[in-house]
Amino acid sequence: MSNYVLECYNLNLLFKNHHAVKDFNLQVEKGKTYGLIGPNGAGKTTVLNLLTRVYKQNLGDIFINGKNTRKWDSTQINRHGIARTFQNIRLFKEMTVLENTMVGFHNNQKYSLFDSIFRTPKYFSEEKKIKNKSLELLSIFGMENKADCLSKNLSYGAQRMVEILRALATDPSILLLDEPAAGMNSSETMNLFEVINKIKNKFEISFIIIEHNMNFIMKICDYIYVLNRGETIAKGKPEEIQKNKEVETAYLGGQYAENK
Amino acid sequence: MKKQNIYSFLISILSLIFGSFIINSGVVSNSYKTVILQIGIYLIASLSLNFTLGYLGEFTLGHAGFLAAGAYTYALLLKNGVNFLIAIIISAVVSCLIGCITGVLSSRLRGDYLAIASLGISEIIRIIIVNIEIFGGPKGLKSIPKYSNFLLIYSFVVLSFTVFKLIINSKHGRTIIAIREDEIAVKSLGISTRKYKILAFCVSAFFAGISGALWAGNQGILTPGEFGFMKSVEILVMVILGGIGSMTGSVISTSLLVAFPVIFQIFIPNMNKYRMVIYALILILVMIFRPSGIMGKKEFRFNKLKNPGGSENE
Ligand SMILES: Nc1ncnc2c1ncn2[C@@H]1O[C@H](COP(=O)(O)OP(=O)(O)OP(=O)(O)O)[C@@H](O)[C@H]1O
Ligand SMILES: [Mg+2]
Repeated sequence: MSNYVLECYNLNLLFKNHHAVKDFNLQVEKGKTYGLIGPNGAGKTTVLNLLTRVYKQNLGDIFINGKNTRKWDSTQINRHGIARTFQNIRLFKEMTVLENTMVGFHNNQKYSLFDSIFRTPKYFSEEKKIKNKSLELLSIFGMENKADCLSKNLSYGAQRMVEILRALATDPSILLLDEPAAGMNSSETMNLFEVINKIKNKFEISFIIIEHNMNFIMKICDYIYVLNRGETIAKGKPEEIQKNKEVETAYLGGQYAENK
Repeated sequence: MKKQNIYSFLISILSLIFGSFIINSGVVSNSYKTVILQIGIYLIASLSLNFTLGYLGEFTLGHAGFLAAGAYTYALLLKNGVNFLIAIIISAVVSCLIGCITGVLSSRLRGDYLAIASLGISEIIRIIIVNIEIFGGPKGLKSIPKYSNFLLIYSFVVLSFTVFKLIINSKHGRTIIAIREDEIAVKSLGISTRKYKILAFCVSAFFAGISGALWAGNQGILTPGEFGFMKSVEILVMVILGGIGSMTGSVISTSLLVAFPVIFQIFIPNMNKYRMVIYALILILVMIFRPSGIMGKKEFRFNKLKNPGGSENE
């Protein structure tokens, strides 16, 4: 039995003849935070999609708590403890913030269609339970006053936050965030930084974070993986990555220098 | 139960009794009586279609198939001496099973493909009816006992409206709406979208089956031609005009569209012939000028009339 919560070995994915991910390897320890960086089109989002079985790898294996995920779909991935957010936010737009969060709790809400239609006591107690849990979660992140807002009416930063909370509601052991700070202003980014730290302290969750904001990613991660054209060109502690010459030419020295 | 719910319950019961009294007292002329009964039957059909189209967000073209399954099951059962209430329930269950198949397909097929597949299912049902002797073949079934009176039809209208509302305001409804909003996100939260799609189609078909059964019990005769593609389109127009995802919208548009040809009959004879042409025109006009339908996704509420701009939440 390995002591990694998530392992992947030699992941490869081809889109037609475009090799989007080449021999990707990653072992995630409990409670640690991993960063995935690299220029646009490097294959970062594709890696998350492989981990959550949105795409199926052509080659390689992924293990969650030692179990091979080959036969699973994205629903089962979540049930085994991996939750995620999306680069292009995927909230339930016509639903309120509270409802969005409640859907995250649905899997541990046990009542049947019969209870719904006949409004049994179980319906009321279970609904109350997850409503309170959702409000509690919202209040930890200072969003309880937004509970009844339609999520489409929130600011971009707030929407990203709700998406994180909704993922967190499924009680994951690993949280995958795809560019959580994208489109956020500097105070929102600061807030996000604090939120992630809060989650780390409170829930002992491992993170895999994709981010273009270098300051942010270097501060928050224990390890960083650098991708370029599907290949892992470097991995290590943030300070090692910052010194790495190859990374600098491929990425840091290029279009993102201004973020440094 | 909330106070408001008790009120709505009492009001529904009272209107059922009162309406039934008025209809039976002979004040209402026979042609209007027919319209009122038809409205009720169509209401159940359009509310049930709205559940999968407006709330689950799956576009299908075979709703008439569910009605046909319900209508023919009911007719056969009644001809064999089964009690009409039991027959209605069994018709609903048969239709529900076919809904289940559509649900399975909807979890495998995307968008347009589902629309075509559902059309296929309804056509298969029609072909089975035409070709199997016990269903009366192309000539159809005659002299079905007519049990569908005002009280029966509108009790089922109230029942279906209530059940859909109860489901929508529960975990099941939340999940179904969430699937409409973003299916990939729902899956990423560990929820089996397949299960909820099947559930939504089963419930929808269950009530469509009831609508079909009431139809059979209202007409007294059935011909397979009635449940073709045009019937599905007719119901679809009702949902789209009222607002996809608004139950009260469906109620308003269904009442208008069913009553409309009869009322205009006074001015233009043979109006019924042009009914589908007018429906098609209405559909085009709605698509151009108000794509979200009369109500959009909103629900009609009396307290909103009194203080417009009042809060959305109760
Ligand atoms: N569904 C798909 N079909 C075909 N090609 C795809 C698909 N998804 C991604 N790609 C390609 O795979 C490559 C990697 O895409 P990916 O989205 O993983 O990049 P990324 O590292 O997340 O970039 P960004 O920083 O812009 O988000 C890109 O060249 C992209 O065009
Ligand atoms: Mg990306």
